[in-house]
Amino acid sequence: MAIKKYCLVCGGTGCETGKTDAIYRGLLAAADANGISDDIQVVKTGCFGLCEKGPIVKVLPEETFYVGVSPEDTGKIIEEHLVEGRIVDSLLYKVNNKKIKFYQKQKRLVLRNCGVIDPEKINEYIARQGYVALEKVLFELSSEEVLEELKISGLRGRGGAGFPTWLKWKFTAEVESDKKYIVCNADEGDPGAYMDRATLEGDPHSILEAMIIAGKTVNSDHGVIYIRAEYPLAIQRLEIALKQARESGLLGDDILGSGFSFDIEIRLGAGAFVCGEETALLASTEGNRGMPIPKPPFPAVKGLFAKPTVINNVETYANIPLIIEKGGAWFKAIGTEKSPGTKVFALTGKIENSGLVEVPMGTTLREIIFDVGGGIRDGKEFKAVQTGGPSGGVITKDYLDTPIDFDHLTAIGSMMGSGGMIVMDEDDCIVDITKFYMEFCVDESCGKCAPCRIGTKRMHQILGKITSGQATMEDLQKLKDIGLATQKASLCGLGQTAANPVLSTLKYFEEEYLEHIRDGKCRSGKCKDLVTYTIDADKCIGCTVCARKCPVPCIAGERKAPHVIDQSKCIKCGICFDVCKFGAVIVA
Amino acid sequence: MAKLTLDKLRVLREEQKVVIERRDTSDKSIHVIVGMGTCGIAAGAKEALNVFLGEAYTRKMENVVVKQTGCMGLCYAEPTVEVKMEGMPDTLYGNVNAIVAKKIVDQHLVGHRLVNKHVFDYPARDIHKE
Amino acid sequence: MAMVNIKINGQPQEVEAGTSILDAAKAVQVKIPTLCYHPDLEPWAACGLCVVKVENSPKMVRACATLVVEGQNYITHDPELMEVRKTVVELMQSNHPNECLTCARNGTCEFQDISEDFCIREAPYCEMLKDLPKDESTPSIVLDPRKCINCGRCVQVCQQMQDVWALEFINRGYDTVMQPAAGALLNESPCIKCGQCSAHCPVGAIYEKDETEKLLAAVRDESKHVAIQVAPAVRVAIGEAFGLEPGVLLTGKIYAALRMLGADAVFDTNFAADLTIMEEGTELVKRLTSKGGGPLPQITSCCPAWTDFMEKYYPDMIPHFSTAKSPMMMQGAVTKTYYAEKAGIDPKDIYSVAIMPCTAKKYEIGRDDNMRSSGYNDMDLVLTTRELARLIKRAGIDFLNLKDEEADNPIGIYSGAGTIFGVTGGVMEAALRTAYKLVTDEELGDVNIQAVRGMEGVRSGEVSVGDTTLRVAVAHGMANVRQLMDEVRDARDNGREPPYHFIEVMACKGGCIGGGGQPYNTDEEVRQKRTAGIYSDDEKSTVRCSHQNPSIIKIYEDYLGEPLSARSHELLHTKYQARPLYQK
Repeated sequence: MAIKKYCLVCGGTGCETGKTDAIYRGLLAAADANGISDDIQVVKTGCFGLCEKGPIVKVLPEETFYVGVSPEDTGKIIEEHLVEGRIVDSLLYKVNNKKIKFYQKQKRLVLRNCGVIDPEKINEYIARQGYVALEKVLFELSSEEVLEELKISGLRGRGGAGFPTWLKWKFTAEVESDKKYIVCNADEGDPGAYMDRATLEGDPHSILEAMIIAGKTVNSDHGVIYIRAEYPLAIQRLEIALKQARESGLLGDDILGSGFSFDIEIRLGAGAFVCGEETALLASTEGNRGMPIPKPPFPAVKGLFAKPTVINNVETYANIPLIIEKGGAWFKAIGTEKSPGTKVFALTGKIENSGLVEVPMGTTLREIIFDVGGGIRDGKEFKAVQTGGPSGGVITKDYLDTPIDFDHLTAIGSMMGSGGMIVMDEDDCIVDITKFYMEFCVDESCGKCAPCRIGTKRMHQILGKITSGQATMEDLQKLKDIGLATQKASLCGLGQTAANPVLSTLKYFEEEYLEHIRDGKCRSGKCKDLVTYTIDADKCIGCTVCARKCPVPCIAGERKAPHVIDQSKCIKCGICFDVCKFGAVIVA
Repeated sequence: MAKLTLDKLRVLREEQKVVIERRDTSDKSIHVIVGMGTCGIAAGAKEALNVFLGEAYTRKMENVVVKQTGCMGLCYAEPTVEVKMEGMPDTLYGNVNAIVAKKIVDQHLVGHRLVNKHVFDYPARDIHKE
Repeated sequence: MAMVNIKINGQPQEVEAGTSILDAAKAVQVKIPTLCYHPDLEPWAACGLCVVKVENSPKMVRACATLVVEGQNYITHDPELMEVRKTVVELMQSNHPNECLTCARNGTCEFQDISEDFCIREAPYCEMLKDLPKDESTPSIVLDPRKCINCGRCVQVCQQMQDVWALEFINRGYDTVMQPAAGALLNESPCIKCGQCSAHCPVGAIYEKDETEKLLAAVRDESKHVAIQVAPAVRVAIGEAFGLEPGVLLTGKIYAALRMLGADAVFDTNFAADLTIMEEGTELVKRLTSKGGGPLPQITSCCPAWTDFMEKYYPDMIPHFSTAKSPMMMQGAVTKTYYAEKAGIDPKDIYSVAIMPCTAKKYEIGRDDNMRSSGYNDMDLVLTTRELARLIKRAGIDFLNLKDEEADNPIGIYSGAGTIFGVTGGVMEAALRTAYKLVTDEELGDVNIQAVRGMEGVRSGEVSVGDTTLRVAVAHGMANVRQLMDEVRDARDNGREPPYHFIEVMACKGGCIGGGGQPYNTDEEVRQKRTAGIYSDDEKSTVRCSHQNPSIIKIYEDYLGEPLSARSHELLHTKYQARPLYQK
C-alpha cells in the first residue's frame, strides 16, 4: 500500500514546547477516525527553521505549510485537506511555501550544481547547461563582446579585492604578447573559509569552462590552477574533470572544432597563506620563494614568467559561465548597484545552522545570521561577526542591518574578503580572538618586509600581554602605532590588513580591552590568566568530587567540610566547575 | 568518450538532461544521492554510502542507483542524503550515519515511509530555472 | 625619451618616463630615506622606509620601486609618513642587538645613520633578539645573523649579481635568516668568498674576517722580517676611509704608512702583475701558435673568486685556464725565494703580508700546496683595504699628511700595465701590450687599448696583433660570465672555432677596484672614479709595458731564466681541480 501523503510535524525546540506531541497524536487519531491511516504517514521531523511560526505541519508532496497549528486543528487538517483535498486556508503560511529557512534566502548560482550533480561525471555537468557558455564564446561572440557582457554584468573579483573582472581581462587582452596565462587562485587560506573547496569538489567543470572562456577572450592557450595541497579531494576531482574534459575534446587542441586550443595544468601550493597573494602565487608557480613584489606592474600586464596574466579567484570564475549564458544584464539585476551578483559565505562559529550559504549581495547580516543561519547556538547572545578572515574587521550588533556588499563593509571598517563569516557570542573573548588572528599572520608572514615581519610579531606579543594581564595603558597606544605602520608600510595585502582585526576591535570593543588591562578581568572567561576559580564555602558540602577530579591536584579539604583551591597551583582548567553539582565553584 | 564537435555536444546535452531529470521513469529507478564533499566525508558519509551499496546488493535491489554529489551547503547536518523515487516526495535527510542509512533503506526505500526525525527538505530547486 | 610631468611636494618637475619616485625626488634635492635599496640592485621594496604618498590617496607606496605617473603629486614628508617611518625603524631596532660600541660597523653602519637621521631616542618595543651562532667557517667572511635586518641585499647580490647562489632566504616570517641552503656553513656552500655580500650589507651582519691582530703580532716579533705588498686597487680607494674622494692616488702614503706600522720591506703587487703578464702572455702565444700550449680560449686566472667559481660551476673549463698564479701569490713565492736570496734573509723568518681589495685572497693563500711553492707559506696574511684603514687609524698615523715614499727593491717597481690589473679589462690590456711584442717583436704604438675598457658587463672585440687578429672578451660581475662560458662550450662541443682567443674575468663589478674588501658605499659612480684613478696611475708611469719593466728583466736574468722555465713553473704556476658545490 503506497503512502499517498505525508504530514510532517515540526519537532524543533520551538514547536516542541508548543504541543508537537499533542498535534502528532491528534493527527494520528483523526486519520484513524477517517479511515486513511494506511494512506498517510504522520512524521515528526527536525526543525523547519520558521520557529516563530510554530507549531508547524507540512503536507507532502504538495508542500503545504500550515503554521500556528494547535491540537484542535488536527481534525480539520485531516478531514479537509487529507480527505477532501481542500487546503485549510486559515492555517496556511502566507508568504510562500518554499523551502526551509536555510535555503529560503539563498540564491545558489555559484553553487548551482553543488549537491545536485556527481562532480566526477562530465555528462551531468553538460546536462545542466554545462559548456553552453563556451559554445557561445567559441562560435558566436567576439572577444570585445565577451568583455562587454562582463562589463554590463558588473562582476567584481570575489577573492577579496573586488576589482572589476572585465577591466582585468581587458588589460590583458590589450597587451601584445607571444604568450599569456590564465591563472586560477585556489589557494584559499583564510581560516574558516572553504567556499572554493566546496565549489572545486562539487562542480570543478564550472571553473574549467570559465578558464577556457578567459583564454579565448584574452588570447591565451595556457591555464594554471594553483591549488593548496591541503585540498586533496578537490585536487582529485579537478584531475578527473581535466581528464574527462580532454577526452571529450573540451580541452586541448582545436576545442569543439573551433580552432582554439587551451589546456590547463594544476600546481600545488606548499602550505603558505601568503601564496594566496597574487604576485607571491606567481612567484611560487615559477618555482621561486613565495614572496610578493610591489605592484605596479600588475600581473595583467606582467605576471607569470613576466607575461600578461589573468589571475582570478575560484568564485569569480564560477560566475563566468552563467553571465555568458544568461547575459550581463541578468547578472546585474541581482544584488546591489555597485556589487551585483551573489556571494558565497562560509557561515561558521557560534551559529545554529553553520554551512555554506550563497546570498544575493545586499542581503543584510541580520538576515544571514538569524534567518539563514538560525541564530546563535544554545540561545546565547550575539557579540560580533568577523568577516574577511584575518584581513577583516568585526561587525557589532549595531551594524547588523548593514547590507552585505564590497563598499558597505569597507565603510564600516571591515571587508568582504573571500567570504569567511565567523559568528561570536558572549562566551568569546574579543581580545583572545584578535590574538588568534594575529598569531595566524605571524605564522604566515613571508618575512620580506619589516613592517609585517616585525609588526605582526610585536602586536601579537602585546596582545599576549593583554590576555595574561600584564599589559599597561601604553601598550594600547603601541598597538595602534604598530597597527598604523603595518597597515601603511607593508608590501602586500597580508601585512596591510593584518592590523584590521586589532584596529577594528579596538574601535568597537575598547571596553573589553580596558577591562583586561585596567581591571585584570576577562568578561567571557576565556583568558585563563585573568580568571580565578574559588569555592564558595557556604555552598560546598565537601563531597570531594572536585578534589579527586582535579588534575594538578590543588584542592584540599576534608570530607563534609568546605574545600579550598590552592590559587598558586590552579591551572584554570575548569574541571572542578564542570563536576560540581552544587554550584559551589565560582569563576570570576 | 570521443572528442566532441559542437553538434555532438548539443545532442549529448539533450540526452543527458533527460537522464538527470528522471522525467523518464519507465525504469522506475530509485536514486540515493550521498553528499561527498570533504565535510560530508569527515562526518562519515562513506559509512552511509557503504550501507546503501551493501544493502542494495544483498537485497538485490536492482533499481536502486547510489550516486555521489558535492557539498549542498548544509554543513551542520552532514552527512546528507537525498532520496528520489517514484511515489514518494523528494526527501533530503540529514545526520545520516550507518544506522540511519539502514533505516532509510528499510523504511523509505522498501516501506515507503519517511524516516522520523531525520527529514530535512530538498535543496532549492529554483537555481537554473530563473 | 618621453618626459613625464609630476610634482614633488607640490613642486612641479619634468622627468624621464621610467624614473622612480626616489630618483625624481633626488633631482629636486629631496632625500627620501631608504635602507634596503642599493643602486647596484633591482629595488627589493622590503624595508618600508621609502614610503611616500600620492596626493588624494590614503595609500602609501614605495618610492624605490614605483615609477612616476603623469600628473601625480608625490608627498615625501608629512606627519603621518614620518610617524610610520619612525615606527618601522623602532620595530627594526627591537629586533637588532644594541651593541654598536663593539660592532664591526660602528661608525660605518647604515642603520646607525637612519636611526640618527630619525632622531630615535627611545626604544618602545620590547627587545626580542635572535639567538643564532656566527658562521666563521670561511677564511674570508663572517656571517652574524643576530644583526641581520633582513634587507635582502646579500641574497640579491649572491644570486642576481654574482650568480653564486650560496646565500638564500631560509625559513619564513619572523624566523627568516640569510644562510646557505640546508643549514650548510658558508665554506660548505658554493660561496666563492668574493665578499660582495659584505660590501653591500648595511649593518654588521656580514663582514670580513679581521686579522689585523696578526700583523701587529708579526711586527712586534723581532725575529720576523715583515714584507708587505700592496695591490693596485687599494691605492685609489683607501682615501675614502679618510674622507677623500674615490680615485685619489695615495701610493706613496701607503708605503709610508706601512713602514710606520713596522714593515721591514714594502713591495708592490704590481711588480708581480708584470710578472704574471710575462708568464701568461708567453703562455697565450704558445696556445696561439699551438706549440702544445693548450686549448683556446685562454682564460685569466688571477681572480681567486673566479677560479673558485670555475672549479665549482665550470670544471670542464680547467684546461682553458692560464696556469699562471695570481700576482699576489707570485709575489709571495718570489719574496721568500728571490728576495730572500738577494737580501740574505732566511725565508723561514719572512712574514709575507698583502693588502688587498679582496676577501677571496684570504682564502687563496691556503688553497692548496701550490701556494707553498717556496717551501713555506708563500703568503702568510692578507688584509683588506678596510682592515688597513682601521689599522692606520688605530696606530695613530696621520695618514693624509704623510710624505710619499718609495717601495723597496728588487720587487717593488712596476709598469703602467701592472697597475691596470686593478680594473676590469686591465689584465687583458696589459697582456695585449706584451703579447704584441712577443708575437711581432715590435712595440705597440699606442698602448691605450680602448676597445677593452669600459663598464659594460661583457665586452668583446678584435685586436690586431701583427698579422693575427685576436678575438678577446672581458667579463666582470660573476653573473656575466655565464654567457661567455656558454658560447665557448657551445663552440667546443660542436667542433667549431673558439669564439675568442683570450678571455679576462673578474668576479667583482668594475674589477678589483670594486672588490669585496674595499671601503663601504661602493656604487657605480665610485667605481668610475676609482677606475679613473687607476688609469691615471698608468698614464703617469714611465714604463707602460710589463716586458719593459727593468726589475722584471732583472728577475728573469738573475733568477727565473725565462717565462715558463722550470723554475717559473715551480714558483709561479699552479693547478686546478673540480670542487663540489656543496660539501656535507
